[in-house]
Amino acid sequence: MSDVQPAEQFSDLAQQHDAAELGMWVFLGSEVLLFGALLLGYWVYRFGHPDGFAEAAHHTSIVIGTINTAILLTSSFLVAWAVSLVKANAARSAAMCFWLASACGIAFLVLKGFEYSGEYREHLVPGLNFRFDGPDHDVARLFFSYYFVATGLHGLHIVIGVALLCVMAIRTRSGRYSSAYHAPPMLAGLYWHFVDLIWIFLFALIYLPGRAA
Amino acid sequence: MNLHWPPRRLLLAWVGLLMLLGLTVTLAYQPLGASNNIAALLIATLKAALVAAVFMELSERRALTIAFASAGFFWLAIMLWLVFSDYLTRPNFPPSAPQL
Repeated sequence: MSDVQPAEQFSDLAQQHDAAELGMWVFLGSEVLLFGALLLGYWVYRFGHPDGFAEAAHHTSIVIGTINTAILLTSSFLVAWAVSLVKANAARSAAMCFWLASACGIAFLVLKGFEYSGEYREHLVPGLNFRFDGPDHDVARLFFSYYFVATGLHGLHIVIGVALLCVMAIRTRSGRYSSAYHAPPMLAGLYWHFVDLIWIFLFALIYLPGRAA
Repeated sequence: MNLHWPPRRLLLAWVGLLMLLGLTVTLAYQPLGASNNIAALLIATLKAALVAAVFMELSERRALTIAFASAGFFWLAIMLWLVFSDYLTRPNFPPSAPQL
C-alpha cells in the first residue's frame, strides 16, 4: 500500500526492512547458541557413551519423527511461498498459504503428543516412570532427559511459530502487507524456517542413531 | 506468469529436501559403522543449507546479511571446537599416577 510510511529514523521502507532483517538474524543468532549449548551437551555425553546412546535412540519413533520432518519441511515451503505471494500482492493466496503452514505446525504438535504419550506408556519418561532394561539404564535415562528437554523447547518454538503464522494469515488477508511493505511476514517466515532448521538437526541426532544395528 | 504457482526454486528446494530426508532415513538403516553418524550430520547440514539459502533467501542477500546470519554459527563452532579439543583428545592422555 502506498500509504505505508517508514518509521521516523529510516529514510525509506527498504532501509527499514533491511534493519529489521538484520535484527531478526541477531535474535536467531542467540537462538543458535541456546540450542547449540543443548547439542553440545548431547555430543559430549554421546561421545562418552556411544553404545548406550545408540541403544536408547533405537527406542524413539522413527515413523512419527520422519513424518514430522516432512511436515515441517512442507510448512517451511508453504511459508516461503506465502512470502513470495505477499511480494506479488496476491494477499488472498498468501493468507491461504500461511493458514496451511500453521495447520502443518499444529499437525506436528499433535503427532508429537502421540509420540510423548507412547513414550509415557513405554516408561521412557525420566522423573515420572523411567524403566529401561539392560546395562544401559543410566545412559538411556540421560538420552531421554535430553530428548524431552530438546524436543520440548523446540515444541515451544513451534507453538510460538504457529501463533505468529496465524497472525500473519489474518493480517495478510486484511491487506495490510504488500510488495512495498512486507517486513513482518518475511520476519515471521525467517523464524519459522529457523525452527525447521533446528528440527533437521534434532531429527538427525535423536531418531537416526542406532538404526542399522 | 501465473502468481498462484510456487516459484520454481521453492518447489525444487522442497522436493530436494524431501528427497534428502528419504536418503538420510535409508542410509540410517545401512550398516556403515561410524559413517552412519557422519552421513546423518552431512545430510542434515546440506538440508539446513538449502533451507537457509532458498527459503530464508540468503542466496539473494548481500554479504553483511550473510555475516549476521553466520555469526551465531561462528560462535557455536568456536564452542564446539574448544570443548572437543578436550574431550576427543582425552584418550590420548590417560591419567597417570601423581608424581610425588
